[in-house]
Amino acid sequence: MSGAGTRPADFALRAREVLEERPTVRAAVTEGTLRAQEKRRKAFVGLDEEAWKEWARATKTHLLGRLDHYLLEAEASLVANGVRVHWAEDAPQARRILGGIVEEAGLSSAVKAKSMLSEELEVNAFLEKRGLSVRETDLGEYILQMLGEAPSHIVGPAMHKTLEDCQELFADELGTPPDASAEVIAAAARRRLRRDFLEADLGISGANFLVAETGTVALMENEGNIRLSTSLPRVHVAFVGIEKLLPRLADLAGFLQLLPRSATGQVIGNYVSLLQGPRRPGEPDGPEEMHVVLVDNGRTRLLADDQGHEALRCIRCGACLNVCPVYRQSGGHPYGWVYSGPIGAILAPGLLGLEEAMPLPYASSLCGACGDVCPVKIPIPELLVYWRERAVEEGLVPRSEAWGMAGYTAAALNPRLFHAAEALAGVLTGPAGELLARRLPMVGDWAADRSLPRAEGPTFRELWAEGLDQPREDG
Amino acid sequence: MPPPRVALFPTCLGNRFFAEAVADAARLLRHVGVEVSVPAEATCCGQPAFNAGHRAEAARMAGRLAEVLDGADWVVLPSGSCAAMVRNHAPTLVQGTRADLARRVALRTRELSEFLVDEMGVHRLGDGLAGRRVAYHHGCHALRELRSREQPLTLLKGAGAEVVPWEAAEECCGFGGLFSAKLPAVSTAMADRKLDTLPGVDAVVSADGGCLMQLAGRAGHRGEGPPFRHLASVLWEGVST
Repeated sequence: MSGAGTRPADFALRAREVLEERPTVRAAVTEGTLRAQEKRRKAFVGLDEEAWKEWARATKTHLLGRLDHYLLEAEASLVANGVRVHWAEDAPQARRILGGIVEEAGLSSAVKAKSMLSEELEVNAFLEKRGLSVRETDLGEYILQMLGEAPSHIVGPAMHKTLEDCQELFADELGTPPDASAEVIAAAARRRLRRDFLEADLGISGANFLVAETGTVALMENEGNIRLSTSLPRVHVAFVGIEKLLPRLADLAGFLQLLPRSATGQVIGNYVSLLQGPRRPGEPDGPEEMHVVLVDNGRTRLLADDQGHEALRCIRCGACLNVCPVYRQSGGHPYGWVYSGPIGAILAPGLLGLEEAMPLPYASSLCGACGDVCPVKIPIPELLVYWRERAVEEGLVPRSEAWGMAGYTAAALNPRLFHAAEALAGVLTGPAGELLARRLPMVGDWAADRSLPRAEGPTFRELWAEGLDQPREDG
Repeated sequence: MPPPRVALFPTCLGNRFFAEAVADAARLLRHVGVEVSVPAEATCCGQPAFNAGHRAEAARMAGRLAEVLDGADWVVLPSGSCAAMVRNHAPTLVQGTRADLARRVALRTRELSEFLVDEMGVHRLGDGLAGRRVAYHHGCHALRELRSREQPLTLLKGAGAEVVPWEAAEECCGFGGLFSAKLPAVSTAMADRKLDTLPGVDAVVSADGGCLMQLAGRAGHRGEGPPFRHLASVLWEGVST
């Protein structure tokens, strides 16, 4: 499922809907993110976290600085491994490439490993329109496919669902008991999915990393579905964002330890697949054909941005979502596109364009938790401010806000005017002014669910002028 | 040695909405033996504009503020958030003739509890808060921009208070300046998460007026919760009783 039908512009509306109409979403996401945050914290105990992050930052920065070189090296390594390499400038081209592969090999049914890039490319709808069956094989993705929903978290796509949601769904779809445990549900899904794995002639995956030196496509997971999706079907197609490269195999050794610690608090995923091409003569298993589609889809444009390019270091661990107090309330759907949370808010302006991404850079209180937790040290709060500055420059914020800010600034530069404005604020938050205040734009929204502060009595400066002799009750 | 001279910047929110808390900050500063002045023309640090992306306006306010705060040995603010603006962001914003000024002021800028603990070496403030159970809300910018976590706790405990563990102590309250007006529903839910996890305490204490306004405002609307009080007021109460 893609995020079709939603868009970033509706963030405020969708978030309010979730909070008011679907309280189980907030409960499930809060529980899921808190658990992930705590597991991540424990996974770094005893490690020099800062040194690891600095190494990862430097490695990715080096890669992105010479991306043209490493992409060509990766292509050569992949070709040497017997992999067919394709280049896709945008989503339509990536889909056309997939369509060509399907046609050439005469494919009819696909199994899909979890891949956010495939969501970005809206692969499922494309294949279904061409008459192929597509089965999501990650348990979370499988649940969402049955429900017709988009993933709401980069790592845990169905984090917003409760056990009760799943019990109801699986009772309807697979006939499990209405009080089935998570284990019973997972076992039922496994039985059903096995049939799909055996029938499929096309396996689709993303990639966590692609090593330029060796052409290794690296995938980490816990369920085993990625290994089956990439090895059972006759044809395997891996969509790889061009920022997913690593220079050397030795770099992979580091990132395979950093990613699971950051994502799920694991030392390593249950399954690590290092794919070195299709089945070779004499080998018992593996696909007959392996394709890698290197996808740009806005990444080169973002790479060219003076500041915004730092977001391309992202390894999609989801740690910033797990610590984000905004995401914790709203879940991922209100963001209105594939990547949610803080990283989504700084990728969107690059990959979608700033106007289309509005107001996501503002979907943050700038608390800074995301920047602290990022394993590749993306300065997420600074980039949120950067995209806000660009939005102001490009006239994408409400004119009332721009005027208000100009007025506020003029007052702040003129103390007499400023203190007059303070006096007005005092009146508006006093008992007589509150009715008026509640009708003002912004203040009214603020006060709808909160009591306004009281600003009665003297200001601090008035107290100071009196000499602070008379201590009063504080406010 | 003459006593250190401190310029106390009340901040925009502090002057009007937390007048007594700022006064208590001044009283504390005098109590520990510093000479306090209040620069007459210091209005706003520019953070509301900076956070919302209005860089040019923020730079003008930050530049002007650097001018009027210059001259004292230290600049002390009863707000972690505004202190982070003056110390971390103003030096990157202010260009031209005021750039050096902004850098110099930044080096001397401290949030109140940072100043008391780190610069004045205050660890004990009597035992006037003995028997009081408080929860401490860490303002995000004090915590993650100033990297100040222990100083307010040191002072509260040093005055005899018990700081009760709070699951969400380091989570954002949802204020975030314009954020709370742009996304009021999410902001309110963030405050609710704080309030829903609050342990039984005599007061919630924080060094930031914005956070206190948000949390007290939401608790008031819900019709529940303990008093929400500024760190300076709680500490001064401990000293003066």
